[in-house]
Amino acid sequence: MTAFLQIDRLTKSFGSISVADDLSYELRKGEALGVIGPNGAGKTSMFNLITGTLSPNSGRVLFDGHDVTRLGAAARCRAGMARSFQVPQPFSGMTVFENAMVAATQAAGLRGKAAERLCLEVLEQTQMLPKANALAGGLTLLERKRLELTRALCAKPKLLMLDEIAGGLTEGECRSLVQTIKDIHASGVSIIWIEHVVHALLAVVDRLIVIDFGKKIAEGEPKAIMASPQVQEIYLGIEADA
Amino acid sequence: MSAPVNKNRTHHVTRSSAAAQIAGAFGAIALIILIAAPWWAGSANLRLMGEVCLYLALASLWNFMAGYAGLVSVGQQAYVGFGGYLLFALTIFGGLPPLAAIAAAGALGALIAIPTALLIFRLRGAYFAIGTWVIAEVFRLSFAQMSSLGGGSGSSLPVNVVRSLAASKDGREFLSYWLALGAAVLVIAAVYFYLRSRNGLALTAIRDNELAAGSLGIDIWRMKFAVYVVTAALTSAVGALIFLQKLRISPDAAFSVNDWTAFVIFIVVIGGIGTIEGPIIGTLVFFLLRETLADLGTAYLIILGVVAIVVMLKAPKGLWGLIRARFSLNLFPLGYRVLRRPEKKGA
Repeated sequence: MTAFLQIDRLTKSFGSISVADDLSYELRKGEALGVIGPNGAGKTSMFNLITGTLSPNSGRVLFDGHDVTRLGAAARCRAGMARSFQVPQPFSGMTVFENAMVAATQAAGLRGKAAERLCLEVLEQTQMLPKANALAGGLTLLERKRLELTRALCAKPKLLMLDEIAGGLTEGECRSLVQTIKDIHASGVSIIWIEHVVHALLAVVDRLIVIDFGKKIAEGEPKAIMASPQVQEIYLGIEADA
Repeated sequence: MSAPVNKNRTHHVTRSSAAAQIAGAFGAIALIILIAAPWWAGSANLRLMGEVCLYLALASLWNFMAGYAGLVSVGQQAYVGFGGYLLFALTIFGGLPPLAAIAAAGALGALIAIPTALLIFRLRGAYFAIGTWVIAEVFRLSFAQMSSLGGGSGSSLPVNVVRSLAASKDGREFLSYWLALGAAVLVIAAVYFYLRSRNGLALTAIRDNELAAGSLGIDIWRMKFAVYVVTAALTSAVGALIFLQKLRISPDAAFSVNDWTAFVIFIVVIGGIGTIEGPIIGTLVFFLLRETLADLGTAYLIILGVVAIVVMLKAPKGLWGLIRARFSLNLFPLGYRVLRRPEKKGA
């Protein structure tokens, strides 16, 4: 089976700081992949490289059978990628509904009533409907994160990329978020999810990769990865850093 | 939170509001009164109102470009002067009637904006602003070289061209007022309908957050390019209209950074950048200040500067920003509102 998304030897550094170091992996169509790693490991930078916000020093990104390395973020989005930002990036002067409409009209390419209908459905799904007319600039952090998810879903992506959306949620909120993402996954959308809230991640993903210093240091079945000494070291600090 | 069940029969979306409908009604009445101005206003007032309209058009255009597309140009005098000079060149040498020359000035303004944009779009932020100013200076120096248009000292519009507009002096004054009013209405209507469209939603997204806009499939460069070229075209046409009223052109007057950019930025910033209402309020405030302080000489400019600084410190979103924050009012219905459907029966 050919890969839906293929990251091929991506390398990116800012001066002496390497955010991606010979990074390669594949995602099958319909798969849900989890990404973990310590803060500053290069997880968000990897998203930036995949979505085209950053361009790599070397390496390629292949998406849905095409080499998209040279394409800008907008073209990659229209090809079917949508992401949420770890630090929310709302359109502050627009309402929640209008934020969603931007995604539905520009990314998903819908028009008029069809776009409005999709936005209402997604807002209901992400429980943002009561806030539909609120200005995005006035939302709380948690609401902003939910708006990130809402906007990404209104883009009708084939590949949904989530960047730490579960942090700070209560137990109940986290459970309903996991259910939402499961539903999206079940509808055939491929997912890459960066998350520190590991139990939420493990409830959804089929496979896990671990990144540190821009390098992939482990990849495989989630339970096995979590039990591996390398991950234990990073997350539990069994050995002090060198 | 599972898949939506009721397919949103509980909510619907509307784009109009009571405030906007009232504003629209008042706007229509005001427009009728303004169209009738030649019958109730004196000749001096008519000229002043024409000037107000032309500044309103320039300010709305600058706001469209800077406030929405983030293209903070301090060189729009390039297009005002370009349009003005083209009016003279096309009527004197091309034999075009003035109205056709205004339209042609707009089209040629768009044409010259294309290579200009390709050049200055390589610059970002402050460098872009300086680049636009440099371009305007290049325009000024180029037109000052054209001896057939009077070189550095400029030239006047020949009497036969002026007469071709209308036979009587009154007729010309009425017509040039209506043209100015028409330009303002056309520009505001164009900006309004653009912003209400699908592209306008994308442009508003760019205004608020370029990173997110790009990641949602919006081609930022193309959007900005289109806005720049359209703004240049309309600014050139307004420039042609301005110098049709002045009847005289010189490089310094045509490419004045003070008259066509500094005052315009003042208007937009005072009124509220990034809103359609802002330039309208700003234009009224600017002319109110100018007409009441005109006798003070240079002190008038100092007062303008102080007003600008105070507004920027106390109300960074301008006077309209203050009003909107307090009353959450929008006179132009650009947005969307989600409303709950009235319940059909029972509970």
